Amino acid sequence: MSISVKDASIFYGDFKAVEDVTMSIKPKSVTAFIGPSGCGKSTFLRTLNRMHEVIPGAYVEGKISIAGQDIYGSGVDPVAVRRKVGMVFQRPNPFPTMSIYDNVLAGNRLNSKRIKKAEADEIVEDALRGANLWNEVKDRLGKPGMGLSGGQQQRLCIARAIAVQPEVLLMDEPCSALDPISTAAIEDLIHELKSDYTIVIVTHNMQQAARVSDETGFFNLKAAGQPGHLVEFNPTKQMFTNPDNPDTEAYISGRFG
Amino acid sequence: MVAVRDEAVGEAADGSVAGAAVGISGRGSVGDIVFRGFAVAAAALILVALAAVFIFLGIEGIPGFDVDEQHYAGQGSFLGLVVPLLFATMYAAVLALIIAVPFSVAIALFISHYAPRRIAVPVAYVIDLLAAVPSVVFGLWGAVALGPYLVPAHGWLAENLAWLPFFDGQPSGNGRTLFTAAIVLAVMILPIITSICREVFAQTPRLHEEAALALGATRWEMVRYAVFPYARSGMVSAVMLGLGRALGETMAIAMIASPKVVVSLFVIGTQNPQTIAAHIAQGYKESTPDRLSVLIATGLVLFAFTFLVNALARWIVARGRAK
Repeated sequence: MSISVKDASIFYGDFKAVEDVTMSIKPKSVTAFIGPSGCGKSTFLRTLNRMHEVIPGAYVEGKISIAGQDIYGSGVDPVAVRRKVGMVFQRPNPFPTMSIYDNVLAGNRLNSKRIKKAEADEIVEDALRGANLWNEVKDRLGKPGMGLSGGQQQRLCIARAIAVQPEVLLMDEPCSALDPISTAAIEDLIHELKSDYTIVIVTHNMQQAARVSDETGFFNLKAAGQPGHLVEFNPTKQMFTNPDNPDTEAYISGRFG
Repeated sequence: MVAVRDEAVGEAADGSVAGAAVGISGRGSVGDIVFRGFAVAAAALILVALAAVFIFLGIEGIPGFDVDEQHYAGQGSFLGLVVPLLFATMYAAVLALIIAVPFSVAIALFISHYAPRRIAVPVAYVIDLLAAVPSVVFGLWGAVALGPYLVPAHGWLAENLAWLPFFDGQPSGNGRTLFTAAIVLAVMILPIITSICREVFAQTPRLHEEAALALGATRWEMVRYAVFPYARSGMVSAVMLGLGRALGETMAIAMIASPKVVVSLFVIGTQNPQTIAAHIAQGYKESTPDRLSVLIATGLVLFAFTFLVNALARWIVARGRAK
């Protein structure tokens, strides 16, 4: 599903956090957002599934549509948006009291849906295979999700997100709490997942953006207290070899940030 | 915990005393020593007070286990008296909990997760104020205002729900029943349960709440997925504290329900099962020494019982944490 953003600005009450973002995200590709801390890339990511609304007073101006549908249109339920747009967070957050099995099914069981045992087993296996976790946990599906390693927990969270078959998968610095080996596992996974999902990932790590993404958006802010804005949005290859904007080049070559 | 704090304070005091020897101001050390002494004394005093109460109950109450039959309020023996009283004590407390817990949890959730801040803060404040109302006032209100007001409700219950043992019989004409008392008791224990639940609900990690929301959970589903599992042991301890308060509550029941020493589930009649605390409150003024020791003995039983309930609560909470 393609995502199209036009003149989006994000506010927390009176404070304008992000200004005038316009971009078009291609379906079944990986799009990375990079930029220095506080530039609004995570904030912007959260507007793609309306998670920013968790903070009281936060609102968006402009237009964001997914597969042609305005997700801020009147009568659009944020709950319905989030069912179509999955999210993986900076730190793994499996439900602590649930088993691995129940964690994967958590999203499917929402809305008091009844699922037959056989169907549930199939969903769990598919999602865990999809997240490259099946072989590691198939013998202990009844054990708590918190008993896994950090990297496994993060893949469990990815399994939980894809179990409901969303159209888009958002990842907010999914590897920042993980060791290099777990990070590599997640990056491999992102490569595989993009054949089924539109993936948008925020990362602090430019090498990661270069490795996993097809297109990259660079966010920056003019000064502290100023709103963040999108400096450049281009194919990743071009961004890292021949960027349009001198600021992008300065950031990528490590001169600031 | 206590030991660790103690050590830290000790070290600080020693450190500054040494400092004084080399000419650095020693003024802080005097404060430290005084404060430490005060803290230790306060902690010791509360233990001494508790032990004194227990010893008093023991010395004064044990003779009450076996005195002349006439002192057992027509029940023949100590067990004959204390068993119905203990039953009624538990019964009244459980009824109050059944009414109070759903309300408390709902109010706490409203404050922590539903209401906007500028409404949540005053609501929380008002609920806390409820805890400051003296129980005599609650008793008066129950007997004079709420009871008569509930008379039609008593009639309705007796007419329509008589197939339940709680409502099977002749309803009271003035509303001074265990039913009314349980409602008043529920109002009295509501603040403590609400404020503890509110605290634990508010501490739910944001990460867990967002995990649920990002999956497309509604507010209520988020509460069920993230808030309740996290808050479970805290809710248990809140309920247990409410139970503890309800068990020991005297005035509301003594003033509202017309009593009888009886084991009965019937809650809307003119003769209501009497609790230990109310029995003592109503009996101790006109008692002979023997009768008094019987009353104190029932007090000892109540003390032991509430102690057990609290121990159980702590055990449940500790078990919840260990997981």
